[in-house]
Amino acid sequence: MKKVSRILIELAQIHRFVMQFFRELVLPPYEVKEIIRQCYEVGWKSLPLISLTGFITGLVFTNQSRPSLAEFGATSWLPALISIAIIRALAPLVTALIASGKVGSQIGAELGSMKVTEQIDAMEVSGTNPFKFLVVSRVVATTITIPILSCYTACVGLLGAFLSVNQFEATSFTVYVNQVFEAVSYLDVFSLVLKAVVFGFTIGIVGCYQGYNSSKGTEGVGKAANWAVVMSMFLIFVEEILIVQIIQAMRA
Amino acid sequence: MIKAHGHIDYETSVIDVRNVSKSFGKLDVLRGVDLQLFKGENLVVLGRSGTGKSVLIKLISGLLRPDTGTIEVLGEQVNELDEKALQLLRLKIGFSFQNSALYDSMTVRENLEFPLVRNKRHLTRGEINHEVEDVLDSVGLLPAINQMPSELSGGQRKRIGIARTLILRPEIMLYDEPTAGLDPITCIEINGLINEVQEKYKTSSIIITHDLACAKSVGDRIVMLLDGRFEREGSFDAIFDTDDERVKPFYDYNFIK
Repeated sequence: MKKVSRILIELAQIHRFVMQFFRELVLPPYEVKEIIRQCYEVGWKSLPLISLTGFITGLVFTNQSRPSLAEFGATSWLPALISIAIIRALAPLVTALIASGKVGSQIGAELGSMKVTEQIDAMEVSGTNPFKFLVVSRVVATTITIPILSCYTACVGLLGAFLSVNQFEATSFTVYVNQVFEAVSYLDVFSLVLKAVVFGFTIGIVGCYQGYNSSKGTEGVGKAANWAVVMSMFLIFVEEILIVQIIQAMRA
Repeated sequence: MIKAHGHIDYETSVIDVRNVSKSFGKLDVLRGVDLQLFKGENLVVLGRSGTGKSVLIKLISGLLRPDTGTIEVLGEQVNELDEKALQLLRLKIGFSFQNSALYDSMTVRENLEFPLVRNKRHLTRGEINHEVEDVLDSVGLLPAINQMPSELSGGQRKRIGIARTLILRPEIMLYDEPTAGLDPITCIEINGLINEVQEKYKTSSIIITHDLACAKSVGDRIVMLLDGRFEREGSFDAIFDTDDERVKPFYDYNFIK
């Protein structure tokens, strides 16, 4: 019974936190400068890791898919298969998982440590709204940058796949690009952006919630960082399932 | 009875706390506390760790809400203010945190600029630089302007923390354990700084401490928090002129009797 009431209280707190985010988001003043700084922190600084991961994903996925298609003599379908897989599923998912590990944990630890060392209180007493400055700016930054990073991952992944296709099937770049875009519809691109927006928001809000509400002490900071990653990854998979169902319904 | 320390206006109270109680779960921390801070006064709040001293100044600055009672600061009821009005009131209150609470990711200059840039948007870059340098000079740490907080000693961090609160020219200063964890020489320097701040910036201050040397050095009046209430009040000598077993160990320990 105690556990149930604890869960309900936690859910109520999460609800209040999310509602406060939307309220502070629309009310002035707007922290534009801080949002741009956070976009740089989240987006630009994640670029090397995302580039490497996206490239390897495209390359490995192509190499792993080839034998199955080769059995039916259908390796010429590789570009179409890869483009659908990368744009519909892999790009947003890989980007979100990498970002939740890198960015989510960073946000959780940073805000957690600020909370523990009373920096958030110091901000509040010096006439600054810490929720707007710290939480809103970070969540907006992840919601903007994760879709951009996902599109970038898709491009880098397709480039990695091209290297493999070019090497084994001797497909030229023009033919490859034509085949890739023939297989992809606007709905696929829409699903990539939709997923990435939802994932970005999730990573930001979960990281901020864990950090902002971390309990006192260094143990709390570690816990906040850890839970930020675990919870956002879990939610990303749940959201992936839900969005796929919605897109499939739209496709039908 | 009252220690002569600057010009205190006993007709004007800048903080008026009436019958304030605060509990955390089943723990009653404050039980009907009454307190007044007069204009220009340095009031020291003494008490054991965990008796609610820090809770009291967090209630005054609106970081916490009392369960019962009223808190009036500069003529405004803290509990009844909306978020915007509370933010404006807080600009008149400087809060020096126990662990300084400097922003780790910013240099000393950026730490000091932060409240200015956000609250006095009309200031030019030159005026901001002048303000920052002036207040840093007041705490004797102008050479540390471009250092990161991690590069500073405990005493320097305290001074920068005080400087950051002074930059908005507050009317009231709240010091939370200003000498905790510092060596005796640095404690003397911080005590001197608190007195300098009172004289130079004409502030009224509440100093939370359990350091009796600090209390004696900076306090115009001392109150002692015992069992959730202020049971003793007066000058330093008057406070410890007692056989109360809850009070005597303070004096005996601090002055190695």
